[in-house]
Amino acid sequence: MPKPEDFNLDHVAELARINLTAEEKARFASQLGDVLAYIAQLNEVNVEGVEPTAHAFPVVNVWADDVPEAGLSVEDALRNAPEKRDNMFVVPRVVE
Amino acid sequence: MAQELFNKSISELSQLLARGEVSSLELMQSVVARTKAVEDRVRAFNSFDEPDALSQARASDERRAKARAAGTAVHALEGIPIGIKDVISVAGQPLTAASRMLANFVSPYDATVTRKLKAAGAICWGRLNLDEFAMGSSTENSAFGVTSNPWDVERVPGGSSGGSAASVAAGEAIASLGSDTGGSIRQPAALCNIVGLKPSYGRVSRYGLIAFASSLDQIGPFARSVEDAATVLGAISGHDPKDSTSLKMEVPDYNKGIADLAKSGRKWKLGIPKEYFGEGLDPEVGAAVQAAIDEYRKQGCEIREVSLPHTKYAIAAYYIIATAECSSNLARFDGVRYGHRSKDAKDALDLYFKTRAEGFGPEVKRRIILGTYVLSSGYYDAYYLRAQKVRTLIRRDFLEAYKQVDAIVTPTSPTPAFKKGEKAANPLAMYLNDIYTIGVNLAGLPGISIPCGFTGGGLPVGLQVIGQPFKETELLAVARTYEERNDWRMRFPKL
Repeated sequence: MPKPEDFNLDHVAELARINLTAEEKARFASQLGDVLAYIAQLNEVNVEGVEPTAHAFPVVNVWADDVPEAGLSVEDALRNAPEKRDNMFVVPRVVE
Repeated sequence: MAQELFNKSISELSQLLARGEVSSLELMQSVVARTKAVEDRVRAFNSFDEPDALSQARASDERRAKARAAGTAVHALEGIPIGIKDVISVAGQPLTAASRMLANFVSPYDATVTRKLKAAGAICWGRLNLDEFAMGSSTENSAFGVTSNPWDVERVPGGSSGGSAASVAAGEAIASLGSDTGGSIRQPAALCNIVGLKPSYGRVSRYGLIAFASSLDQIGPFARSVEDAATVLGAISGHDPKDSTSLKMEVPDYNKGIADLAKSGRKWKLGIPKEYFGEGLDPEVGAAVQAAIDEYRKQGCEIREVSLPHTKYAIAAYYIIATAECSSNLARFDGVRYGHRSKDAKDALDLYFKTRAEGFGPEVKRRIILGTYVLSSGYYDAYYLRAQKVRTLIRRDFLEAYKQVDAIVTPTSPTPAFKKGEKAANPLAMYLNDIYTIGVNLAGLPGISIPCGFTGGGLPVGLQVIGQPFKETELLAVARTYEERNDWRMRFPKL
C-alpha cells in the first residue's frame, strides 16, 4: 500500500475540482493524514485469491420494456437551473 | 394524564382514527403545535410546510369518510404524519441535503418511497435535518444548524439522520424516514430511544434519494415500536423499475409474519460476536446490552458466541468504498444544471472549482478528496480494490455465522450520545463511532436498533439486531421478542 506521505493534496483537489483555502489545506492534510494512517491497517489482511465485492447482491442486465413514458417537462427540468434562457441552461463560454 | 396524541404509536392512532375518536386533522394539529412548542430547542427540521400538511390531513379525512361509506378498508398509515429526511424528494418541497449547494433546490418529482407513502395515505411532514449529504454521525455537519438530542439538548442526536430520530423522540412526527449508509438510521435511533430499521440492500427503492454511496445506501423507517417500523417498511418496500438495484422479491405482510412467528413459539438462536464487546465499549452500554441478552436467554432463546474476525477492518474498508462512491456521485454538483453556482467564475473550469469550494462543507470536501485519491491512477489497486476484497471477507464472516444462528445481537453504538462539539474537530474519532453498524452495510444485511435501557445519567442505549439477507420478518420478530418484555419505548424526554 502507498505511504501516507505519498498523498498530494493539491493534486487530488485539482482532480476533484475543488478550490481549497490555505487554512483548509493545512487542516485537511493533517486530518486526512490520520485517516490514511488508520486505513493502512488493511495491509495486514491476506486478500490473496479473494474476489472483490462491488455490491452485496449484484444484479446484472436489468432491462426495462421499450415503452415510451412521460419524463420531466422542460419547465420542471429547468426549475432549479442557476441561469436559463429559451428552454436552455446558460453556461459560461467554453469555446472561443 | 392521558398520553398526548403526538406521542402515540401508529398502531394506537390508526385505531383511534378508524373508530372516529380522532381525525387526521386533529392529529396533524397536535403534531404541528408540539413542533412549534419544542423546535427552538430540538431543531429537527430544516423546514416544514404547515398549510400543506393540514391540507393533506383534510384530504385524508375525506378519503376515510368515503371509504367508510363504501365499506372499504384504509391502510394503517392513512392520516399518519411521517417526517422525511431532507435527502429524499417530495415533489414541490425543498430538498437541501443540509448543504449550501442545494439551499434553494425544490424537488421536481417524488421519490418512490414518497409516492408509496402518499399512496398509503400518509402525510409527508417536514424536511428533517441531517449531516450534509448524509456524511456524519452527529448531525453537526449540517449547513443550517445542529439538531439536539431531545434527552439532553447539550448532546447530539447521532447522525446522519439526526433530525429523523429527534423528531420522533420529541413528538414532532409519529414516524419518519431516514437513510443508512454506515449506521445513519440505527445509531441515531439508539441515541434517541426509538426504533430504527435499515432494510436489506435492494429491499427499498433508492429512486429520489440523493446518492451518497450507492452500493451501501438504503432508506428505512424510524418509529416508536417494532410493529410501527414493520408497518412503514411494508409500505415502502418492493421492486422499482426506476432503481435497477432494487430486487424483484415478494414483500411479505411483516406484522402478520411477526404474529405468526410469535404464535409458533419459535426459540431463536442468537449469535453474540465477541469482537463487538471489546475495547471502546462504554461499560454502561455494555451492561444494558448484556441485560437484554439475559432477557433473551430467559425467553428460551439459545445464545451462542460467534466470531466476525474481520470486524476491526470494517471502518477502514468503509471509508475507502464510501468515499470513492461519493466522489463519483457528487461530481454532478458542478453549478451547471441545478444547485449553487459561483457568481465570479472566469470560465467553465473555474465555475466547477469555485462552485464546489463555495457549495460544499468541510466534511463533504474531505470525503470527496479522499475518494478521489483512492480511485486515482496508481492508487486504485492498493486502496479501492483491496477494500473491496476486504468487503468480501467481512460479508463472508456474517454468512459463516448465520450457519449457526438466526440473528446476531450487539450494541448499536459504543457510547451513549456525546456532547456537541466533542468530536467535531477530529473526523477519525467520529468515524470510529460507527464500528458496530458499518459491517451491516458492507454485507448488505438488514439491521434494527431498539431501545434497551438508559445510563445512570439518563441517556438512552440501543440494542442492535442483525438479520439474514431479506429475512426482515424474522429480524423484526427477534426484536419484538425483547421489546414486548420491557417498557423502555414508553419513556419520553422532558422538553
